[in-house]
Amino acid sequence: MKSTEPGRGRLWTWLDERTGLGDVERLARHKRVPVHRHGFWYYFGGMTLFLFMVQVITGILLLLYYRPSAEEAYESVQFLMAEVQFGWLIRSIHSWSANLMIFALFVHLFSVLLLKAYRPPREVTWLSGVGLLGLALGFGFTGYLLPWNELAFFATKVGTEITGAVPVMGGFLLRLLRGGPDVTGATLTRFYGIHVAILPAIATGLMGLHLYLVQRHGMSVPPSVEHAGGPARTMPFIPNFLLRDIVGWLTALAALAALAAFFPTELGRKADPFAPAPIGIKPEWYFMFMFQTLKYLPAHILGIEGEVVGILGFGLAGALLLLLPFLDRRTARGQRSSLVTWIGAGMIVYVLVLTYLGYTASATK
Amino acid sequence: MEETLPADTTRRRFVNWWLGTTAGAFLVSVLYPLTRYLIPPPVAESTAASVTLPFKADDVKPNTGQIFKFGNRPAILVRTASGELKAFSAVCTHLNCTVQYRTDLGHIWCACHNGHFDLNGQNIAGPPPRPLDGFVVNVRGSQIVVSKNA
Repeated sequence: MKSTEPGRGRLWTWLDERTGLGDVERLARHKRVPVHRHGFWYYFGGMTLFLFMVQVITGILLLLYYRPSAEEAYESVQFLMAEVQFGWLIRSIHSWSANLMIFALFVHLFSVLLLKAYRPPREVTWLSGVGLLGLALGFGFTGYLLPWNELAFFATKVGTEITGAVPVMGGFLLRLLRGGPDVTGATLTRFYGIHVAILPAIATGLMGLHLYLVQRHGMSVPPSVEHAGGPARTMPFIPNFLLRDIVGWLTALAALAALAAFFPTELGRKADPFAPAPIGIKPEWYFMFMFQTLKYLPAHILGIEGEVVGILGFGLAGALLLLLPFLDRRTARGQRSSLVTWIGAGMIVYVLVLTYLGYTASATK
Repeated sequence: MEETLPADTTRRRFVNWWLGTTAGAFLVSVLYPLTRYLIPPPVAESTAASVTLPFKADDVKPNTGQIFKFGNRPAILVRTASGELKAFSAVCTHLNCTVQYRTDLGHIWCACHNGHFDLNGQNIAGPPPRPLDGFVVNVRGSQIVVSKNA
């Protein structure tokens, strides 16, 4: 048996011999973060992770009261909001944290894109990241329906109908998602299963891969900094960077508490499949730019239904985004790639403008 | 080639083929029931060709519309400003939302993506690609009976 390492207790040594605690510690001590003028953007991945953990914890708490059926879902959320001590707080934090998480995720995505961190050898990190974005949107879409209120009901009708426009597979996907030809209680049960079991399982695996790759390759240094001779210095991840992370996380937690207290999540009216779609119906803000685009498309474009063109367009944009590391050969070769920067900036502007129009253009015009 | 493959190579190929086929068959035997399980069984669609509405003809004022159940889908009954009764499927042909009658416009409108239909169900503005399906309205005494086009 090894003798106790100097400065370590017997318990630590006992654990190290059985679990390799020392290796983990060396790994953690080894990790360093480059310091340079774009370093601010390094915090958004960790911020997304923190908000995801908030989602896991509040989500588990919501499960204790939620009932996933068309007859009981709305009433169970009503009970949670009105009767359960701090029920409003847990649900509002879950809802606000979801929004902030998607926002942090978008900032993370676009900063990685504009700083070209997807270049070799980090292509798989990018792929897993775009996959996680897809999962986050899936979480948002399925979670939105669960309170079974009017807005969510019609948003889900529209959102699932869109999958029906996918060529060849459309009808199959539509039935698979809805659990039948229409949005009913069967859809609610299915979305519940997807939201609390299927997506978390996939997300855990993909996030594990993403984080492992980040550890393996270390933080990417932007090409502009590399060309200027590399970062002047690095800081240890533990404790220097982690403590800065924690400052951000505590700020986010305070913001969540404030948002939940001052703007608690509303419940609205219970979904009625035989009522007209309410005026001002809208999806979550991160789907707004797509929703607004669909409003502007004419009924037919070159003989194809406008919505099909729109959906294929967004599908194509998503595929291009996913495959970016393989399309951007200039960055991979270490050359400047202004085109990608301009396309990235164009995407940000498009999303911002359409989102703005979605909230300001008259709904009844 | 004259030369035959060494015995262990052919044996290896056989074993690989055998294992590959077995693994493939195993996957299919797992994935097939799983896929079938995920597709919901068809629910018997309401085949009713006509429906008697739960409200009276006199209750529907001119220049208003009302949603009713036709089978398991929503439909809309409209009394035009001139007093005529018309009925259409209330499922928007764009993305499946439920339409409503806009008194201020005097025609049918979908709130989801700003689609407009005239009082013959024709798509007149916005993204809807097709007209609404029309139904036949018969008034028997004070009862309204809506039926599918024969």
